[in-house]
Amino acid sequence: MLKLRDGIVELYKKVATSLPPDIEESLKSALSTEVEGSTGRLSLSFILDNIRLARETVRPICQDTGVPVFFLKVPVGLSQIELKDTILDATRIATAKVPLRPNAVDVISGKNSGDNTGEGFPVIYFEESPGSTLTIDLMLKGGGSENVGQLYKLPIEDLKARRDLEGVRTCVLDAVVKAQGRGCPPYILGIGIGASKDQVTKLAKEQLMRKLNDKNRVEELADLEERLLREINELGVGPQGLGGRTTALGVKLGVNHRHPASYFVDVSVSCWANRRGRLIW
Amino acid sequence: MVRPVRVPMSDEDVLALKAGDVVTISGIIVTGRDRIHQYLFDRRASNKDIPFDLSGKILYHCGPVVKKLDGGYTVIAAGPTTSMRVEMFEALILREYRIRGVMGKGGMGERTMQALKENCCVYFHTIGGAAVYLADRIEKTLGVWKVDEFGPTEAMWLFEVKNFPAIVTMDSYGNNIHRDIENMSLNKFAELIGK
Repeated sequence: MLKLRDGIVELYKKVATSLPPDIEESLKSALSTEVEGSTGRLSLSFILDNIRLARETVRPICQDTGVPVFFLKVPVGLSQIELKDTILDATRIATAKVPLRPNAVDVISGKNSGDNTGEGFPVIYFEESPGSTLTIDLMLKGGGSENVGQLYKLPIEDLKARRDLEGVRTCVLDAVVKAQGRGCPPYILGIGIGASKDQVTKLAKEQLMRKLNDKNRVEELADLEERLLREINELGVGPQGLGGRTTALGVKLGVNHRHPASYFVDVSVSCWANRRGRLIW
Repeated sequence: MVRPVRVPMSDEDVLALKAGDVVTISGIIVTGRDRIHQYLFDRRASNKDIPFDLSGKILYHCGPVVKKLDGGYTVIAAGPTTSMRVEMFEALILREYRIRGVMGKGGMGERTMQALKENCCVYFHTIGGAAVYLADRIEKTLGVWKVDEFGPTEAMWLFEVKNFPAIVTMDSYGNNIHRDIENMSLNKFAELIGK
């Protein structure tokens, strides 16, 4: 487990300091679509300089190194208790070594634990899986973009949003309009649809782990992802919320079966710094 | 054209700035986020309690990553945090402490907008997430307040910055780029969903 611990420390370092190439490429192409001399274009050029500088100097891309969220696929027989302890150890080491900003705050005392560990912190999801490889996905989820996420319960009369994919579309557009520039656009949006609140919020987060070019296997959802991306970019919120053509880089939908009475839609928003990475063991 | 801004700022300096101006800031700024705002609002800490003078300064909404070294502190990453969270405190704070500039990301609400007009003050938006680039524009850490009680993220840091980039998005005349963009996007939204 010691080698695994060091592997997770390295994963933290990589995820905090270097942005996935698909997102960097997407930001580069966004820059060329923004008008010369506009604040949108200026913002993107600062962002791209920052990404390069963070990678070269091995420093965190953003000072908010977020809530670490782990998705584990665990082979049969590997202890989840030991894995959790290993992740906690790696988190303490990474916080001092990378360094990460200590973000775990005790709700009662207001005290920061200082090492990014605490009750339910980091967030860890385990799933047993066939085969012999352990897959560890890590996302560092910034607080600013997490705060602009929204949970919807369809139908919503005010928005004329019914219990269908058109209603989902309205919710996603509404979430972006409400977020404006407060969560650091261009955004990546993960949407989860289903029967229970806890399940859709996790499902929405999982969508943020998908690569930007990952096409939905369900045709109707793939079409809606494409349409939403186009429409969100027509809203004109723009990079940093200061206006422009690029408000989002990607929209990803995930669905579960729902209850006849319930139609929950969770919109999870990631800032442009969608820091995600994978360790295969 | 990029306009240089020197801190501390005078009334004339503030009045010369208009929404849309791209600036580079040089001089002394202080940080403060959720806990500092709540503390200043509740306790009205006097200038004697705070180890540095805030008048004429820029209050930067930022919780940096800092590393403690033998000779002091090094700032590793220092981008802005969302300003809207301190909306309920800001109007009083910038009046009480004679702040001339507020800096963060995403803009602020009507109450702060009004306070900017009344107190000759301006709001700068700087680039969210550009934490390393911005940290490299901090030349020196001159002091810190409340670091033991609040921790390094929530403490008030006194920084000397040089050529720190920002955009004036809310000026002292009532112009507000965030509000304009919001209205425009709301119209587009209504059009898209056929309301």
